[in-house]
Formats: sequence, structure tokens, C-alpha cells
Amino acid sequence: MSAEQVLFWVFAVATVVAAGGVILARNPIACAMSLVATFFFLAGIYVLLWAHTIAAVQVLVYAGAIMVLFLFVLMLMSLSDQGPVMTFSAWRIAGVVAVVTVLAALVLVFRRLPAQESLAWSGDAARLGDFGTIKHLGAVMYTQWLFPFEAVSLLLLVAIVGAVVVAKARV
Amino acid sequence: MTFVLSNPWLHGLVFGAVLVSVLMALVAFITWFERKLAGRIQSRLGPTMVGPFGLLQPIADAVKAMQKDFIVPKDADRFLFWLAPPLTIAFALATAAVIPFSKDVLAANLDVGVLYALAFSGLLAFPTWVAGWASNNKYALLGGMRMVAQGISYEIPMVMAALVPVTLAGTLSMQGIVEYQVASGWIIATPVGAAAGLLFLTTALAEGNRIPFDIPEAESELVAGPTTEYNAIGWSIFAASEYAHSVITAAIVSALFLGGWDGWWNLPPLLWMVAKTGFVFLIVTWVRWSLLRFRSDQLMALCWKYLVPGALLLVLIAGIQVSVRG
Repeated sequence: MSAEQVLFWVFAVATVVAAGGVILARNPIACAMSLVATFFFLAGIYVLLWAHTIAAVQVLVYAGAIMVLFLFVLMLMSLSDQGPVMTFSAWRIAGVVAVVTVLAALVLVFRRLPAQESLAWSGDAARLGDFGTIKHLGAVMYTQWLFPFEAVSLLLLVAIVGAVVVAKARV
Repeated sequence: MTFVLSNPWLHGLVFGAVLVSVLMALVAFITWFERKLAGRIQSRLGPTMVGPFGLLQPIADAVKAMQKDFIVPKDADRFLFWLAPPLTIAFALATAAVIPFSKDVLAANLDVGVLYALAFSGLLAFPTWVAGWASNNKYALLGGMRMVAQGISYEIPMVMAALVPVTLAGTLSMQGIVEYQVASGWIIATPVGAAAGLLFLTTALAEGNRIPFDIPEAESELVAGPTTEYNAIGWSIFAASEYAHSVITAAIVSALFLGGWDGWWNLPPLLWMVAKTGFVFLIVTWVRWSLLRFRSDQLMALCWKYLVPGALLLVLIAGIQVSVRG
């Protein structure tokens, strides 16, 4: 096994364990801390995939800003260890349906991927060209995917305005 | 040597180990430097007893801290209380990986180096908040809250100030920005670069929780903020990571704005980088012992009313400059 493969297994197992912690832990603080760990290990996998930009943004935005605020809110609410008791309800059925649908979609997508050896793992960095570099990412984002990018920006703006309106109403 | 340099894994391991060791030794020495300088500013002598000029004082301090019993408060969250100090020092030291000390002395030449450095230095608010909450002490909790508010607010003008050298150099790699400065002059020499450098240093002081922005630990109000309940080696690690963060921030300022390892008279580039870092750290320390602490609301007002719009304006000017240059 090459060093990349060893690291992949380390990150992959850790990601799955931490992600399991997010949904299985009783204590909300433990859940949130598991989520932070998941983000970090996921960033490690991004690095192995040669996507340094995504990895840095993952740490900067998710682990850095969003999770800190998340923890902030959770810790100040001083929740008890006991979560809400789940009962059999329409919500539960809807949840199961949603999970199965997403899983099926993912499996379908993965099966369609052409079987090929990973470029990063074959140690042939030259064949990667500028894939994953910020230059390449920026060029694609601001030419080919400009419209979706702007649409998402608009969505975020709407969310910000909405948050301000909601907060103002309560003051 | 060439074998080590050609293998990226060995290269990272060796450089990382050397960098961390040197930084930790430097941090110990720098506490002595700061205490001496603070002594001068306040007309006292600083450490004099241990070793020549008190130079061995940091070692004595470290030995003392290690011998003490590490006490975890009864009502604290045990696991998080233990976790916070190592996380703090890890995040502080991880930032150093992308700092170019000369043309070939750097641990990792990432093409998103600036982004990486900002991500990890911004993470410092996270373990501080964890420490504050896990202590289960109201002063620690208040300090942690202030740290989060301050850290997240000041990250915005900080990232935008860093965007000015990035725009001018046209790259996000730290080494690339230094090489741009070697070719076309230091960024501090341009008006927009000087303003951005000043702004970056100001926000870095707030991110690193240094006076005049050390509101999270404001000892007159909050005992010692998030670290109130920490003693012995736990407290020492927090103190060490604060210094490590300051030194690394000084190195980032030197690389982004002061030309990094560029210099005159054929002196070794490494020496220039160390000298510039030392100079920036001297300014930071001088500010710490000269200015008074801001109030919490003044701090937020300064950030959102002046620094954020100012940083936006600087980014705009830098953009215009680059597009005019063509």
C-alpha cells in the first residue's frame, strides 16, 4: 500500500466513525464535536483527492466559522443528555423514505462512474495537470458554472435578509 | 538530503518536525524577550535571577509547570477540558506549515497557502470556546463567548486585507506572493498595500487575543477568561500557543506584506525572514505594553463600522490597480 492509501483508510474510517458519533451520541455537545471531527477528516480526504482548495475552504468555513457558531448555540442552550423520545409517526416514515431514496440515488451514481484507476493514487501527478488547483476551480466556476454560482449567492443573500427580519421581529 | 527533499512525505515529516521543534524553542525564548521588554517599558528589570540575564527563566517556568498537579474541576466536562489545550497548540503550530522561510525552506508550498494559513489561525476561537465551556465557570464561559464573537467578526476584515496582496500578486501561494515581491517590490511600499498591512496586523492582534483586543481574558473583569480554571501544564500550553500564534502571525505579515525572505547585502534569505518576523513581533509586543484594553462593544463597533468597510474599499482599490496594470 502506498502512503496515500494508508492515509485514505485512516481518514475514511475516522470519518465514518465520527459521522456515526453525530447520529448515535446522546449528548448534543458530543454530536456537535463529532461533526467537527467529521469535517476535519473529510478535509483530509479532499487533500488526498488533490482538491486542496475545497479542503482549505472546508476547514475555514465549516470547521472554523459554522461549527463554532453551532457549538456556541448548543452549549448555551444547556440541553439535557436525554434527547426527545422518538415515537412512531409520519415524520419517521418520511425520514426513512428520504434516506432510502438518497442512498439509492448515490448507489446509482457510483455504479455509473467509469471504472478507472485514481490519478492521484497512481503517483502520476503530471497527468493531473492543473486539476484541483484554485486557478482551474476559479476558471470553471466563473465561466461554465457562473449562473448556478450567482443563483446560490442570491439564495444566501435571501437567507441573510430573512435572518435579520426574524431577529428584528423579536427585539 | 536530496532524497528527503524529493519524497513529499519525508519532506513534510522532516520539515514539520524541525519547524515544530524550532518554534517551540523560540516560543520559550520569546517569553523571556517579552518579559524583558515589558520590564524596560515599565521601568523594572524583568527576569534576572536564573542564568545570565535571566535567560534560563523560561526553562525554570516550564519545569515548574510540569511538576504541578493538573487539576480538573469537579463539575467540568472532563474530556473537553483535557482536549482544549492540545487542540489550541496544534492549530497554532499547523499554520506554520505554509510559511516560506527562504526559496526552498518551507514545509508545504500549497497553491492555496494563504487560505490554509487563515483557516487554521481562525480556528483558534474554537478550542478557546471549548475550554471556556468545559470549565463550567461563568467567567470562563463569558470569556469563551467573547472569543467566539471577536474571532468570527475579525476574521472577515482579516481575510479581506489578505486579499490585497493576493490580488496584486495574482496567486494564493505564500511562496508565490513572496516571489512577486522579489520581482516587483514589497507590497508595503504601495499605498494600498501599506493600508492593508496595517489593517491585517490590527485584525491579527484581535484574532490572537492580544492587547488592546484581549477582551476574552480581560483580567480586571473575567479573572483570566477561558483559561481561568486551568493550571500547571494546561495553562502553560495555552500561554505557549498564544505566543506561537503571535510569532506565526508575525511571520505571515512579513511574508504577505514585507517581502518575506527578500533583502539586501547578500545576507541569507532565512536571516531576513527571521529578522522581519522579529521586527513585527517587537511591534506587537510594544503595542501590548503601551495601549489600554478596548471595551467589548467598542471592539465590535471598530470591526463592523470601520475595519470591514475599510477592507472592502482596499480590495476594490487593489482590483482597480490590477485591472489598470492589465
